[in-house]
Amino acid sequence: MTNAGNLKLTTRGDREIVMTRTFDAPRNLVFDAFTKPELVRQWLLGPPGWSMPVCEIDLRVGGTYRYVWRKAGAPDMGMGGVYREVLVPERIVASEKFDQAWYPGEAIGTLVLLEQAGKTTVTQTVLYESQEARDGILKSGMEQGVAASYGRLAELLSRGLEKGASKS
Amino acid sequence: MLETFRALAEPNRLQIVELLLAGPRPVGDMVDELGLRQPQVSKHLRVLSEAGLVDVRVDAQRRIYALRPAPLQELEAWLERYRRIWESNFQRLDALLDHMKAKEKKQVRKKPQTKR
Repeated sequence: MTNAGNLKLTTRGDREIVMTRTFDAPRNLVFDAFTKPELVRQWLLGPPGWSMPVCEIDLRVGGTYRYVWRKAGAPDMGMGGVYREVLVPERIVASEKFDQAWYPGEAIGTLVLLEQAGKTTVTQTVLYESQEARDGILKSGMEQGVAASYGRLAELLSRGLEKGASKS
Repeated sequence: MLETFRALAEPNRLQIVELLLAGPRPVGDMVDELGLRQPQVSKHLRVLSEAGLVDVRVDAQRRIYALRPAPLQELEAWLERYRRIWESNFQRLDALLDHMKAKEKKQVRKKPQTKR
């Protein structure tokens, strides 16, 4: 795939995780792929073996969405939320919460699509609202303080881990 | 891994880890480079040590700290897994978008004919 590897994972402030990826398609198609259930369930699947039996999207302010993922031998994993802003085909803001939430409270997801020369850059941001949520993210392995230096950390790990640590 | 995250959440501690990536160092060295006072640095080193991130050995009068690779490797593996999950999602999306583009082109080509 030509786009493989251009995924960027960074952070903003101490509570936001930002993911950026460019797709070789016009914005209206990318928007459809993110918002039409019959399209979403074809790609938003996670690791191998998972399917998406439930994908309901009521794309309007105050409307809800609901996703459920399934894999043989594992408990279902579900999440959902309420749309807060919908601007076709460029911006969506929605709350998000996992059923087996490892944190109380909600997170706010923002999806922004920018088109340039026929390509679309998608920026997905997750903002963890509450102190409790941030503490909970810690448990999921994405803790706020680390988030603050996330990109830097990942970079330094890949750069120097073996070189420095193996000397111990 | 939770402990690793917690330990690294503090910017000064992350900086200590960065310093140690270049190799083991005595505390005094790090005090100079970090611009912190010795008790602060010692406190941070204690947290890092409790999280299993650093080891200490005593060499003459000096306490020399070194990184322990295991927790960092675990953390790196986690970051990599997270990245890979999303990248595989997005590669599927690449393929889907190619398919959608091809379909749209076909429809555009059809349209003028049906109008005539």
